[in-house]
Amino acid sequence: MDRMSFIERGLRGLLLTLIVIFFLFPIFWILLMSFQTNEQILRIPPSLRFVPTLDNYKALISGHLITSAGTLDIAFMRNLGNSVLLSTCAVLLSLILGVPAAYAFARFKFRLGEDIAFTLLSFRFAPPLLVLLPLSLYFQDLGLVDTYVGLIWVYQLIALPLILWIVRGYFEDISPDIENAYRIAGHSWARTFFKIAVPLAGPGIAAAGLLSFIFCWNNFVFALILASADKQPVTVGALAFVTASGIQYGQVAAAIVLSVTPTLLLALYAQRWLVAGLSLGAVKG
Amino acid sequence: MAQIEIRNLRKSFKQDAVLKDLSLNVEKGEIVALFGPSGTGKTVLLRLLAGIYPPDAGTIGLRGRDASGSPPEQRGIGMAFQNFALFPHMTARDNIASALTARKADTAEIARKVDAVARLLKIGHVLNHSPRELSNGQKQRTALARALVADPDILLLDDPLRNVDAKLRYEMRLELPALLKRAGSTVLYVTQDFKEAMALGDRIAVLLDGEIAQCDTPERIYAAPVSIGVARLFGDPTLNLVEVQPKLIDGAPEIVVGGAAIRLPESYAATCGGHYMLGLRPESLYLVDQEAPGTIAADLVAVTPLNEKSVLLFMIEGGSELLASEAGDRDEPRRTGPARLAVDLDAVLLFERGSGRRFVPADNFGARP
Repeated sequence: MDRMSFIERGLRGLLLTLIVIFFLFPIFWILLMSFQTNEQILRIPPSLRFVPTLDNYKALISGHLITSAGTLDIAFMRNLGNSVLLSTCAVLLSLILGVPAAYAFARFKFRLGEDIAFTLLSFRFAPPLLVLLPLSLYFQDLGLVDTYVGLIWVYQLIALPLILWIVRGYFEDISPDIENAYRIAGHSWARTFFKIAVPLAGPGIAAAGLLSFIFCWNNFVFALILASADKQPVTVGALAFVTASGIQYGQVAAAIVLSVTPTLLLALYAQRWLVAGLSLGAVKG
Repeated sequence: MAQIEIRNLRKSFKQDAVLKDLSLNVEKGEIVALFGPSGTGKTVLLRLLAGIYPPDAGTIGLRGRDASGSPPEQRGIGMAFQNFALFPHMTARDNIASALTARKADTAEIARKVDAVARLLKIGHVLNHSPRELSNGQKQRTALARALVADPDILLLDDPLRNVDAKLRYEMRLELPALLKRAGSTVLYVTQDFKEAMALGDRIAVLLDGEIAQCDTPERIYAAPVSIGVARLFGDPTLNLVEVQPKLIDGAPEIVVGGAAIRLPESYAATCGGHYMLGLRPESLYLVDQEAPGTIAADLVAVTPLNEKSVLLFMIEGGSELLASEAGDRDEPRRTGPARLAVDLDAVLLFERGSGRRFVPADNFGARP
């Protein structure tokens, strides 16, 4: 890096800036939109000069959407709460089920083991809409339609395979001798799993958890079909902004900003574990 | 009852039979060096003993009780792995202490024992480092400390000096016997280095082709190997092998090596008429000044000085090569050219050409004890 010439460094900086602008501009534009009224957003030509307003955020947080056709009640904050609840519970459940399963697939050879692992992965192949029709019929019979339990269960289709396959790879990378050494030292199988395997696969578990959280958070169709208004997450709740008097772009933008924030914060917070300390250094290289 | 008693142990991986019908007894307090070329299943045997792999057949007795089915944590064994297998997320102290925490010892007791073993192995100053921050030698000592700290009565060491540099290996080879004797444990020590095996083992168990080919004291293994295979593994340079056909001449067995007739002791009479390989250790060949009966005419081709000794390469009649070694403290180096070689008849080894088994003369085991 030190030997890079001035021009090279300049070019590098320029390219990186261009890439960052390309990817972040939509988010930046949405952030600007969230402080504008519908009239300001829709004017032609668009302009960066405007008087910022907090009306969009006020409307979302208070739950009263004032349009030219009258006042509408929207449940955005409730949607946001649903998203947090559904995604968090779904990922936690997937971790509780998926991490031990991933360990079993990584460490033990058993009959049909590979087939079961592949079947679980194949849940990700099927288009969700294909699964949804039969699923909604079953859920109606079981009384799971429009329940948190039912939704969290369906979210396992998203989170469980992801966690299983990512974490399995991390477990396979741990030298079995490290675990053997702990057992020979007199510790039980279960203790070895919690004290050695899980901490060493920690970065992988964090990455898989974060990734599946984002996938759950962004899911749309499952909740659209299986949940009614008071159980819907933000992705579905955003439909409420398409009103009789037009699309409320300002509120849509504010809603996006609010719904992106939790995942963004989580990603920033978890980032150091995703990158840090994957090299083990205890086994000779 | 032996401390470790292995009976008819078999282990295969897929189609590959690694251990075939292996039996071995190790007495209490004994250090047995498990020696053999790489890929003969030494590590597999240790893992079977530790309970990491289940055996396909056979039994493993520990302290007089059958332990074949019990899990690793119930075998009460200390083990040091070849690749160290330290816990990367724990400090050296916690690594070593892991063998004690399972036994529900109190904190002060654990700290005292860890400090004691760390002092013994000279790693006291790095106890708070993580394995990543340790040098290879320190890692190796930490792994050894972890195996030793709980004073296990059975200790399995899997080539612990393999991955450390030459200087440390030499130091540890000197320190280890005292350390192991002091612990009083029964030790099975895996190594690929015959010098290490001879330096450390009360007995050496030679593992060849999935079986214990020979288990005996280092002296006897060297002087009276059961087969060519075992004889070849010991000695640097390795022993010379010459095809011979002993014949009875004037009532005494005689062989011809490089055109010279060499008279063997009477006890070799039974070999006459058979096809044999003559095994000559390099140090049992020596140079003589004058031609005499039983000395071999040879041509000294090359001299390789190796500090404490020199290795001499000879060509003999028929184009065979012979290696001899002698003390390296000569004032002037040997000149290449014609020379005469004599054979130390007490150190002669004869192997059957087909089976490779050593012919054991009737009166003794055929070589110096």
